[in-house]
Amino acid sequence: MTVDTHMPYDEALARFEPVLGLETHVELGTASKMFCGCKTTFGAPPNTQVCPTCLAFPGSLPTANAVAIESTIRIGLALNCSIAEWCRFARKNYFYPDMPKNYQISQYDEPLCFDGYLDVEVDGRTVRVEIERVHLEEDTGKSTHVGGATGRIQGADYSIVDYNRAGIPLVEIVTKPVEGTESLAPDVAKAYVTELRETLRSLGVSDVRMEEGSLRCDVNVSLMPRGASEWGTRTETKNVNSLRSVERAVRSEIERQAAILADGGRIIQETRHFHEDTGVTTPGRSKEEAQDYRYFPEPDLVPIAPDPAWVATLKEALPELPSVRRKRLQAEWGVSDLDMQAMHNADAFDLVEATVAAGAPAADARKWWMGELARRANESGVALAGLPITPAQIARVTELVASGALNDKLAREVLEGVLAGEGSPDEVVERRGLRIVNDEGELSAIVDQVIAGNADAADKVRSGKIAAAGALVGGVMKASRGKADAARARELILEKLGVSE
Amino acid sequence: MSAITRDEVAHLARLSRLALTDDELAHYATQLDAIIESVAKVAEVAAEDVPPSSHALPLTNVFRADEVRPSLTPEQALSGAPAVEDNRFRVPRILGEEA
Repeated sequence: MTVDTHMPYDEALARFEPVLGLETHVELGTASKMFCGCKTTFGAPPNTQVCPTCLAFPGSLPTANAVAIESTIRIGLALNCSIAEWCRFARKNYFYPDMPKNYQISQYDEPLCFDGYLDVEVDGRTVRVEIERVHLEEDTGKSTHVGGATGRIQGADYSIVDYNRAGIPLVEIVTKPVEGTESLAPDVAKAYVTELRETLRSLGVSDVRMEEGSLRCDVNVSLMPRGASEWGTRTETKNVNSLRSVERAVRSEIERQAAILADGGRIIQETRHFHEDTGVTTPGRSKEEAQDYRYFPEPDLVPIAPDPAWVATLKEALPELPSVRRKRLQAEWGVSDLDMQAMHNADAFDLVEATVAAGAPAADARKWWMGELARRANESGVALAGLPITPAQIARVTELVASGALNDKLAREVLEGVLAGEGSPDEVVERRGLRIVNDEGELSAIVDQVIAGNADAADKVRSGKIAAAGALVGGVMKASRGKADAARARELILEKLGVSE
Repeated sequence: MSAITRDEVAHLARLSRLALTDDELAHYATQLDAIIESVAKVAEVAAEDVPPSSHALPLTNVFRADEVRPSLTPEQALSGAPAVEDNRFRVPRILGEEA
């Protein structure tokens, strides 16, 4: 495999203007497949979720899944699309063993949804990504290539195919070309897929797991020289399996194409393959000739004509979309754009919101999730939501702090106990004996003991160097294993040493 | 004069993975031409007020509920396959070496 020359990113941007396009495929989370009743469970043993229809046995006929149609329309509505009043499925004909029929049932010139947009926030500004179409099709089977050096299709001796995935409803969302993003092109691409993923998640139509392939993204990139008015030839990069890869793939393709164009070469319209490990793209399956899928209306299925009244009902019932929700939460919590961004990146909105709903002040909920808990999640390499602690438990800890029963240090110990599986916050407080020492007698005894053991510091305080009291307070905290009320301890120390502030 | 050329038949044959001889290409060009001509006759009678039809049934919105039905067993599914490996359909090399 030859490694292509890449031009440094800044130089590439100085000489060329990038134009982006994104095609996203989403597997819907229906119970059964698009055109038959087979299950859609991910990871089932090979060819256990197949039937005469999805295997294209003679005489079998497809029937469209009502929930898949509804989900597609809801996606279109969430993306501000118009919904077709009448449209059809089409056959996309090609010979490739991932579809047993030798065609894929898809949609061609009559998509179910069209002409929408999705606004994304990048670097403090809003970029409107226009949506060309949202259509419904069926997923393909999964091929494994055997033999050859790399396990790739090139040079393989033969392939083996599992059709469990063949026929799972697949929604394709295609953007219009996105211009004018300049050096932010990679970020816009990533922000778009992120926002799209959250929108789909809020609709509950898919589990949108990029690593399991239920959300897949193809990235189209072309460059045109500065001052040119005609777009360059684009490439389509597949196998982009994470949000970070979306960004890296766009960047890498800009750098690669710029080097070719600057050298007087030309870009070949081709499918390329992104490599997660190296962050570069290599040529994928070559298209032996211009794509010629000979689409025609699918004769085995009747047209879809969504009743406008029903579509209006679906629109009415859409959940709060992520962008709207973020604005609402920011207003409710009164936090800065920067804090919102941090919570967004940490996937903390649901957790903070649920903690607030359980009674915690927003500032406290945010402080714990984004501070101590984010740190611990990071240490153990899990997502925030994957920590074994609930929003209600965090709310209880904030309540204990507010009531004076715990200070922040003790609260952190309580959290540690809960995370270690020692029970609820109250149980951890009980078992570890973490309540603040409120008993004046006990505290007074500790203070006396600390003064006696730190005569130098005590003398300094007596002589008026009040700052030296800090060491004594520290001593009290240590002696009480953090359970003393530090402010009260300081009062007692000064009182006993006969000075006042 | 033939509307379908031999080149077009060759192109279709390639897309369909059919190996046709020169004689067959000429033969099918003539046949396909006759088919296209026959179909074109429909256009002569179709008036402006007759919308194009892609289906014999005047139906829309025929859907099934999203309910799971039993699948075949892998043994049943693979019983007609020419070659099987690891409970998967084994197929010949997909791309040639040049790809």
